Amino acid sequence: MDGVDRHLETFRQEADELLGEIEAVILLIEENPDDDDAINRLFRAVHTLKGSGGMFGLTDIANFSHGLESVLDKVRGKQLAVSHELIDLTLAYRDQVGVMLHVGEGDVAVDVALVEDIKRRLKALCPTPERIEPPPPSQPARPVSSDGPGITYRIRFAPQPVLFGTGTDPALLLRELRELGECSVTAHFDEVPALELADPEDCHLAWDIVLTTAAGLDAIRDVFVFVEDISKIDIADISSDIVLDPDAPQPRLGDILLQRGDLATADLHAPLSQQSRLGELLVDSGTLSSAKVSSALSEQQAVAKQQVAAKNDSVRVPSDKLDALINLLGELVTNQARLSQIARNTGDMVLAAPVEEADRLTDELRDIVLNIRMMPIGTTFSRFKRLVRDLSGELDKQIELVTEGAETELDKTVIDRLGDPLVHLIRNSIDHGIEHPDERTRAGKPAKGTIRLTAAHKGACVVISIIDDGWGLDTAAILKKAKDKGLVAADADLSEKEIFSLIFLPGFSTATTVTDVSGRGVGMDVVKREIDSLRGTIDIHSERGVGTRIDLSLPLTLAIIEGLLVHVAEDRYVIPLSAIEECLELTHDRFATSGGRNVIQVRGVPVPLVRLRDVFSLPDPRPSLEQAVVVNVGDLRVGLAVDEVIGNHQTVIKSLGKLYRKADCISGATIMGDGNVALILDLAGIIRSARSDESVVIARNAQARRSIMA
Amino acid sequence: MAKTIMTADDSASIRQLVRMALTEAGYQVVEAVDGLDAFNKFAAAPANMLITDLNMPNLNGIELIQKVRGLPSGKFIPIVLLTTESDGTKKEAGKLAGASGWIVKPFNKDQLLAVVKKLLG
Repeated sequence: MDGVDRHLETFRQEADELLGEIEAVILLIEENPDDDDAINRLFRAVHTLKGSGGMFGLTDIANFSHGLESVLDKVRGKQLAVSHELIDLTLAYRDQVGVMLHVGEGDVAVDVALVEDIKRRLKALCPTPERIEPPPPSQPARPVSSDGPGITYRIRFAPQPVLFGTGTDPALLLRELRELGECSVTAHFDEVPALELADPEDCHLAWDIVLTTAAGLDAIRDVFVFVEDISKIDIADISSDIVLDPDAPQPRLGDILLQRGDLATADLHAPLSQQSRLGELLVDSGTLSSAKVSSALSEQQAVAKQQVAAKNDSVRVPSDKLDALINLLGELVTNQARLSQIARNTGDMVLAAPVEEADRLTDELRDIVLNIRMMPIGTTFSRFKRLVRDLSGELDKQIELVTEGAETELDKTVIDRLGDPLVHLIRNSIDHGIEHPDERTRAGKPAKGTIRLTAAHKGACVVISIIDDGWGLDTAAILKKAKDKGLVAADADLSEKEIFSLIFLPGFSTATTVTDVSGRGVGMDVVKREIDSLRGTIDIHSERGVGTRIDLSLPLTLAIIEGLLVHVAEDRYVIPLSAIEECLELTHDRFATSGGRNVIQVRGVPVPLVRLRDVFSLPDPRPSLEQAVVVNVGDLRVGLAVDEVIGNHQTVIKSLGKLYRKADCISGATIMGDGNVALILDLAGIIRSARSDESVVIARNAQARRSIMA
Repeated sequence: MAKTIMTADDSASIRQLVRMALTEAGYQVVEAVDGLDAFNKFAAAPANMLITDLNMPNLNGIELIQKVRGLPSGKFIPIVLLTTESDGTKKEAGKLAGASGWIVKPFNKDQLLAVVKKLLG
């Protein structure tokens, strides 16, 4: 007797017992139709006949039983009363099943007409039409081997914490997926709480699976059939995009992550340097053979060979160590200057040669050390792509950010502190600069606006420009606003440049409505202050309807400046060399007074003259022949009158303490070779205070100067 | 050591079918004739997995699952409900009580083994 026959024999014996049970119980029910226990027993017996009958291939018994079971279920649920008809039918059912069980033994045959009649009458007992139970879904054995490359699916499986409580081991599900085809699994630990908060009986993991299989979507769903109600399961066919368009560039890992919404653009850039994983993903997904990926990767590696070599040789150093080095270098440079001065003063030739050599070495050392702190500005640029993308979406504008010169190097400190001002300026461009697409179309511009963020070397500075092709600044509106707010006199007649500079005044904002984007209560004055503190300048060019360009000129480094040492009364000042255009003698024929202001002629062009003596309230008398240093601050040329130009001076900046924060015209101090203090001029501040012409400012400057020098 | 699977069913033929299929696949099988029998046997000697019928005397499948889940040894084991109902409400009730999955009758040996493998490994 083989397995199946043995099962069938067992089932027959069991069914015979059940039929006996049915006969006994139905008679009990006939006596007492309210005997719930008997009704339950009857139901269970019929139910078992149905279930087991189906199991052992006796589908006629299963079908027949199903009709009666449905009726009994209603009786059990008190929806149907026990009737004579039901009892008759149950007994007839019992007899016919008895026949069906023993078909083939002797001359027993099923009376098909009778069975059909019983079925029909059972159905008639049901108050509502009984839905025909669909045949149980067949569960065909899964194809074990996949023919052809199959389809690649991205499956995201995120079960609820209760998963383990249902006795499900997710590892087994993943193993099942692996059996379907080529499969790569990534687990996400993000949701795992800290140890002391974690309930070890909860599941906090989620998985991303990339599966290439020929088994089809249903087979994948089958894997999760028991957990789909307590899990978030997303299955996406990701191979179709790739296959349909063979010319399209292969999706980059970053793009995939962006598409999934797992990653923000800005967050992409840091890990992009370790890009080899992209290839692995493509291989795993079956999109490319590993050979093709390897070949592409080797090409990529060849291109980036130098970079890679440099990267491999690099050493990460905490920036405070670097700062300490820079500080020490500053002391060394200062001391070297002092040494050189002493050597010059003594005129000792034996001393002069080694001091000169030390001078040269110090210079070289300075250049190298400062270069260590240099970083490409691209790291800052990259974060703006996300900003532009998010904000333009928020404001319903179409804006593209184009960056140029990302490789331009700047001191790390400058780069770090530049971030916020740039964010503000770009926000302004997005919010106030670029128009809505329909406005742009009406104005004959492409619907998509462009913001260009560029960086380039210009002399001793790096110029960073934010250029948009939007509205441009509305000079009339700016002027009106400034007048309304009392920032300028009601009758002031200002040049375009001067009007532009009004937006940097504290308390100025042209936005009539405060938007979430730019209206954060932080004005352009904060930008201005930050750039000033970086010893940079801001310059605005704008044409109505064409666009706005804002140039930020920044020093390469903050630690050391090349300056011109000048002398006024008993004091010495350092003027940043990067701002200086030329030096000249203030001969009488240069003076040309206009409108009560001091103006000098420089190569035929009138240039306002500011006397440092006046700015700092230094005592007269002036020397008979003064000298002037012409400086250029944000396109504005100013002559600074000094007693004497001493010469180039390389200096390490010592920032002023907080006490001197309000000293507008001084950005720092330095110790001279002879031990004296020289003040570093804040040119933008000097021009501001010369303009405002207020005795208060001058008095404050004088006070600051006195307390620093004392 | 072979893993132990308990089959709780009032139908001897189903128990036999389950037993033969699982024994052939290398599992040890413990039989229980109804819900109460299953619970008592499980409490005395926990199995690695429980396959239970839905309609049984004394304790039905749902009640059995609830009670077994209440035992420390039954908290995380896979429990499979055998059901003929394909309308989903019984599956729902089973899941709610803590069933890991279900098998719809009639099933064959391969289907049974596929589910056991899915849940027990």
